This record gives sequence, structure tokens and C-alpha cells, in this order.
Amino acid sequence: MSLNIGLEIKHTVLCIRLEGELDHHTADELRTKVDDILKNKNIEHIMLNLEGLAFMDSSGLGVILGRYKQIKSNHGEMVVCAISPAVKRLFDMSGLFKIIRLEENEEYALQTLGVA
Amino acid sequence: MRNEMKIQFSALSQNESFARVTVAAFIAQLDPTVDELTEIKTVVSEAVTNAIIHGYENRADGIVCIEAVLDEDRVKLTIRDKGIGIQDLDEARQPLFTSKPELERSGMGFTIMENFMDEVEVISEPSYGTTIHLTKFLAKNKAVIN
Repeated sequence: MSLNIGLEIKHTVLCIRLEGELDHHTADELRTKVDDILKNKNIEHIMLNLEGLAFMDSSGLGVILGRYKQIKSNHGEMVVCAISPAVKRLFDMSGLFKIIRLEENEEYALQTLGVA
Repeated sequence: MRNEMKIQFSALSQNESFARVTVAAFIAQLDPTVDELTEIKTVVSEAVTNAIIHGYENRADGIVCIEAVLDEDRVKLTIRDKGIGIQDLDEARQPLFTSKPELERSGMGFTIMENFMDEVEVISEPSYGTTIHLTKFLAKNKAVIN
């Protein structure tokens, strides 16, 4: 199983929807695709929907933290939603929730970013 | 009953998924919980990724070897590479420490292994490679459904 990367821009929010497995191998592709959009489009915030993510390891934490730093340097915010208990454990372990906001679902996450 | 298996494969990132799925399939015969299986897949992924990125520094001619031994409710995994080895083991095992921040490594690999497994032993010698022994005792007291 590999990683399906869904990307959609709503106003100035980049919506990233992941399905499948996020490891070192698939993290590279995610990084390249997201960075391409961040470079070429006017993006203020990132909404990361992990509902379809079946597996993630520390390489996933690394690529998420990397995108957070980019969006943060432009004074934007990253919101993660629909996270599984297994992925939540990794976020908790690494302290990522201290900097990345967690919301229950995409609709609510987008609302908090000002996109209805 | 003791049961063991051994696999080896090229140090390529596309084999990370192969490695964790194969180990999980072997361990499935002990009837682990979903959480235990996820934990084992995650630690295999961490150790194999370390071997590829750090041990072999992405040299595709490297070989990663995994041995798994099942003995009653104990799972013992050995992940071995013959790469460059780890200079300072204590430093490497610190949470959030990474020797490759430019590659956006999170530095959480060893911390995850220590959290998800009961025993973690790392043997490493510069220029001879790294061997990681991981042991987990699966929960014995599962409800039996008749």
C-alpha cells in the first residue's frame, strides 16, 4: 500500500488529505508536492486530514513538522484533523500537539481557519 | 513452540513497507492485538529506515537483514546493517536528536522503539554497522471466546 495525496486549495488554505501509508519512502513525495504549492500559490494555512491514513512512523512526524515550520514562518497555522489513535500516540510522544492544533473533523478544522 | 524467520533485502526506501508487512504477517500466528501489531510494524519501519538513511546513507548496494524469533508469547526482532555505524549511541537515543536535521528527520526513531517494545538493545561499531535487538512480550490474558 502506498500513499494517496489529495491536495485542494480553499481560499488561502491548503487542504491535504492523506490515504494509505506515510513512511520515509512516501514522505519524500508528499514533501515535494506540498512544497511546490507553497512556493507557487498564495497559501496562508494548512489543514491536514489524516482520516484515511492507515500507517505512519517518525518519518511522517518529520515531514509534518517540516511543513509546519514553513507555514509558521509566514505566520500561518497548521490544523490536523480526523487522526487515528495510533497516529495520535506518535503526535503525543513527540510533543507535536504543543504546536499543531487538533480538531475532530475537517469541517470544523476549516471553520476555525475561516473557510466555511 | 519456537519459530523463526530471516529476510534480507536491498537498502531501498520502497522496501520499508515490505519489511514491516512481512514481519507483521509472520507474527500474526501469535494472534497479537491490533495495537501490538501496529507497534511492531512501526518499530520495524523505524529500524529499517535508520539502516537505510543513517547506516548506508542511501547507498542502494547496502543489505538490511531482519530476524524474527517467536517463542511462546515473546517476539524477538533483530535488525542488522553493515553500514557506517553510530558514533555516539547515548546521543542517538535521545528524544528529538537527529544527525540529519536537513533531511527533516524527527529524531523520534529510538524513542518510538523504546516506547513500543519491552527491551531495546543497540550494538554499533563505527564502520562495521549496527545491530538492534527488540523484544516484546505479547499480552497473555486475552479473553477467550468459546
